[in-house]
Amino acid sequence: MGAVTRAVTGEATGDVSGPAGASRPSACRILRVTGPLVEVEYTGGVAMYDLVSIGPAGLSGEVVAISGDVVTLQAYEYTGGLAPGQTALPQGRPLSVRLGPQLLGGVFDGLLRPLSGAGDWLLPGAGSTAGEDRTWSFSPRVTRNEEVAQGQVLGDLHDAGPVPVKILAPPGRGGPVTEIAGAGDLPSEAVVAVVGGAEVTIGALWPVRRARPVRERVDTRAALNTGQRVIDLLFPVARGSTVAVPGGFGTGKTVLLQQIAKWCDADVIVYVGCGERGNEMADVITELAGLRDPRTGGRLADRTVTIANTSNMPMMAREASVHTGMTVAEYFRDMGLDVVVIADSTSRWAEALREFASRTGALPAEEGYPAGLASAVAAFYERAGAVTTLGGDRGSVTVIGAVSPPGGDMTEPVTAHTERFVRCLWTLDRDLAYARHYPAISWAGSFSRDVPVLAAGHRAAGDPAWAGRRDRVGAVLAEADRLADLVDLIGIAALPARERVSVLAGRLVREGVLQQSALSEQDAYCGPEKAAALADAVLAVVDRCGELVDSGVPAASVEEVDFGPLLRAREETGPHDAAGVTALRDAMLTRLVGLRP
Amino acid sequence: MSRSGGIEYTTVRELRGPLAIVAGVSGIGWDEYVRITLASGERRHGVVLDADRDLAVVQVLEGTAGMDPEGVRAAFSGGPLRVPVGTDWLGRVCNGRGEPLDGGPPVFGSRDAEVGGAPINPVRREPPSEPVLTGVGVVDALTTLVRGQKLPVFSVAGLPHLELAAQIAAQATTAGEAFCVVFAGMGLTHADASFVRDALEERSAAGELVLLLNTADDPVIERILTPRIALTVAEHLAFTDGRHVLVVMADMTTYAEALREVSAARGEVPARRAYPGYLYSDLASLYERCGRVRGRPGSVTVVPVLTMPAGDITHPVPDLTGYITEGQIVLSPETHARGVYPPVDALSSLSRLMRKGAGPGRTRDDHLDVAAQLLASLARARQVRDLADLVGRAALSPTDRRYLDFEEAFLRDFADQRDDEPRGLDASLERGWRALLTLPRGQLSMLPAGLLDAHGARESDDHEDADEVGGPGRPEDPDSPEDPDSPEEEASR
Repeated sequence: MGAVTRAVTGEATGDVSGPAGASRPSACRILRVTGPLVEVEYTGGVAMYDLVSIGPAGLSGEVVAISGDVVTLQAYEYTGGLAPGQTALPQGRPLSVRLGPQLLGGVFDGLLRPLSGAGDWLLPGAGSTAGEDRTWSFSPRVTRNEEVAQGQVLGDLHDAGPVPVKILAPPGRGGPVTEIAGAGDLPSEAVVAVVGGAEVTIGALWPVRRARPVRERVDTRAALNTGQRVIDLLFPVARGSTVAVPGGFGTGKTVLLQQIAKWCDADVIVYVGCGERGNEMADVITELAGLRDPRTGGRLADRTVTIANTSNMPMMAREASVHTGMTVAEYFRDMGLDVVVIADSTSRWAEALREFASRTGALPAEEGYPAGLASAVAAFYERAGAVTTLGGDRGSVTVIGAVSPPGGDMTEPVTAHTERFVRCLWTLDRDLAYARHYPAISWAGSFSRDVPVLAAGHRAAGDPAWAGRRDRVGAVLAEADRLADLVDLIGIAALPARERVSVLAGRLVREGVLQQSALSEQDAYCGPEKAAALADAVLAVVDRCGELVDSGVPAASVEEVDFGPLLRAREETGPHDAAGVTALRDAMLTRLVGLRP
Repeated sequence: MSRSGGIEYTTVRELRGPLAIVAGVSGIGWDEYVRITLASGERRHGVVLDADRDLAVVQVLEGTAGMDPEGVRAAFSGGPLRVPVGTDWLGRVCNGRGEPLDGGPPVFGSRDAEVGGAPINPVRREPPSEPVLTGVGVVDALTTLVRGQKLPVFSVAGLPHLELAAQIAAQATTAGEAFCVVFAGMGLTHADASFVRDALEERSAAGELVLLLNTADDPVIERILTPRIALTVAEHLAFTDGRHVLVVMADMTTYAEALREVSAARGEVPARRAYPGYLYSDLASLYERCGRVRGRPGSVTVVPVLTMPAGDITHPVPDLTGYITEGQIVLSPETHARGVYPPVDALSSLSRLMRKGAGPGRTRDDHLDVAAQLLASLARARQVRDLADLVGRAALSPTDRRYLDFEEAFLRDFADQRDDEPRGLDASLERGWRALLTLPRGQLSMLPAGLLDAHGARESDDHEDADEVGGPGRPEDPDSPEDPDSPEEEASR
């Protein structure tokens, strides 16, 4: 059995709107080249934001203006040597990427061209869009003449990686299946079915700036479990929600994002390195390749898609890279999977927007950013969400965007706008990082607007105490912070006993619950039951300390107790060992019994 | 300098500012390199800024002064500027365009390369992991430079950053492996240029140096080429010829100003402080050329030097640089005023790759611990000094007073160094230990007990322990340095 026997015409999925093959635009002459701006003559069949292949090297560019008989293009790459008189070939479609199962485990540039096969240096126009030469083991789920709706599953690929990959009827294309391939190995370009007169291939093009359609957005009550206690306990994120992580350099942002990539319970991770340092990106790629997937036992990289666009790679590809990442995420979401997009850093993306605006002569608004910055940021984060897919499955895209405020200034435009549009904010605090409190997520400067729905979700999932626990931990931290200022002024000895216990409680919560070592075997990931047990244990010990000082035990003797067993519980018990934590709590409580007034 | 062949035109239609507009051309590409011959036979150079139909707008590097459109011939080279590359560059002193200043013949090479370079494929990068030792104690010990790293020096006008850059260029080594330095001076005064030549003479004679000097009176746009030529030469010395190459670029602020000037001449929309909007990408296209490549020998390490105008670290040049580079070495006027060279502000300085390039198996087992303890103690010492300014030294606890002694030892014994003194890492770390041992053992919590024993760290003396008991209370009176009621002041000295 094999592919549907029919001439493969390349981009024939019907996913991409635009002029059909017949009116494909012809090559047009280059009139003027000045840096990345290229003017070509208008010969018809060119639309705004269409992709154009420029010059003999085939540099990619985008239509940014059409005026009279002149079309202005913005090249994504270095245009040195490009001369008037050479030709440019409009592609008749906006910037699109080839989606497909080959994405899993790969490393790509901002335009989703594979980097693994490219040379040591990336030359302009050298990137190829060709898929790899491999076949996929396909089995159909529908039969010929069956009526299918858009987004319905046509068949499965069985060897694409640790997650189930499905071939769907493309959006906007329902109807009778006139042809369907049988079970067997198919190459990437193979036509697997013909639905409603349109060919469906394994790989499919999709324009990156257009969100893939869904049946409806749904509310979710399921938390994305990150395995990081400070997040899961205090600032939880729902599947399909949005998070911004502002942090200056040296606050452990990259480590935190890598921890989430490694441990969160999503099916697919899309890691977008947007305008970051080359050496850092190399580090992330090397790390990911070496990590074992705690869930499947295989390589973590096999269910990760990495998009690497370092700061010296073409600026326009950097701008496109966050959209590319989002499109890839939506592709896997449509198969009914939970996807997390990690974008590091959205500030670099905003800077590309600024650079682009300045090159096209747009009027600058705040700090030189274009006036459309806020709406661009909002539109980006709005592509996240939990949905019912066209095929009727449940899927979600969760976005975690790092923000790098220049000079740590949280009032700069990118940070200020991002804060308004996201549902969760995990602010990384320089002082915490300096004190080696990792992850350095500030409890005073962060928020999660998902708390109410997730509290309901936890209640439904059998943990009714979740919301109460969160409130108590938050209250203990706030009280300890308030007293810390006082202690600095007047010294701990001057405080009443009960408040000294509050200061102690803050320390126990910080060191015993919130701190988490990314390097520790046992502590790097923490299951929800262990996180709850740890928080409960510390709160129980705090309560007992309070009772003791109320009964007349001097606060100083309570402070002198060695709380080591409690503080080491996070390291000494396994990632899911709630019972072990409870045993250590009981040992601690017994030790406190010895204190007498 | 460039690939020969190409078309020669005599149709210069307009001269305006630094621009020459050549008419009636065809097939001339953007950014193409142009050789211009004046009627007098004088040679000049230019690049195509705008290729508009049959017009080519050429920016003349040396300026258009004295040019008469009659008799000017413009030969287009057929592509962007290329330079010869290879080991012939070693030991040479050239101007910012790569033409000899040392009286020798032009630099030839068996190969040539485009100066713009191309981004290294992130998948093919090898994460940096070994140090470059600069022989400057405070840099090697606290902000270790790692092969393939980019680590800028942030300075302020009037500080000895050029001396430090030259010292690093003269002394740096990579543990006996083939090593060389490419020094790109941009907008240097003639005095500075001759200082750099003198300071690096030995290295140059040893065939380990490529010196490119663009002086302040050289054409501005040449300054834009200088770092690109330097990096292109460096890339080939590293990745083709297998050397570890250190590229020192001074002064990047001057470079950015040249970029701004050219941008303004092109009529581009200005962004922050009138620098072009693409300053970030432009700087990244330079700094990111450092690194190591899988399966290839050699490395390119970049040390850009920049002066912060008016000491402002939020100025676009240091700000954007800080976001691209992996840390920074900050020089401080306060330390300079205390007579310490190099005046590095250790607490503001950081090498983000240090953990990968220093410590066990890389430098010395105790390196990272000593560095962490030095910085932590210095941070505490700063707080104590602020406090001492308020309440007076006499009012400090004995431990706090030890911190003041520590800071003094840190600056005088550890940080201070002659500008012609290469200091080995061992010697630097031992000086670090000496400074740390001015503190009582209880304050050195970041160092393992075994190391403390080996270095003979002592508990605090008895009389000071006694003093410590009465210590914590601080007197209200802020100006009591000569307080007769605190004899411990004398005792502890």
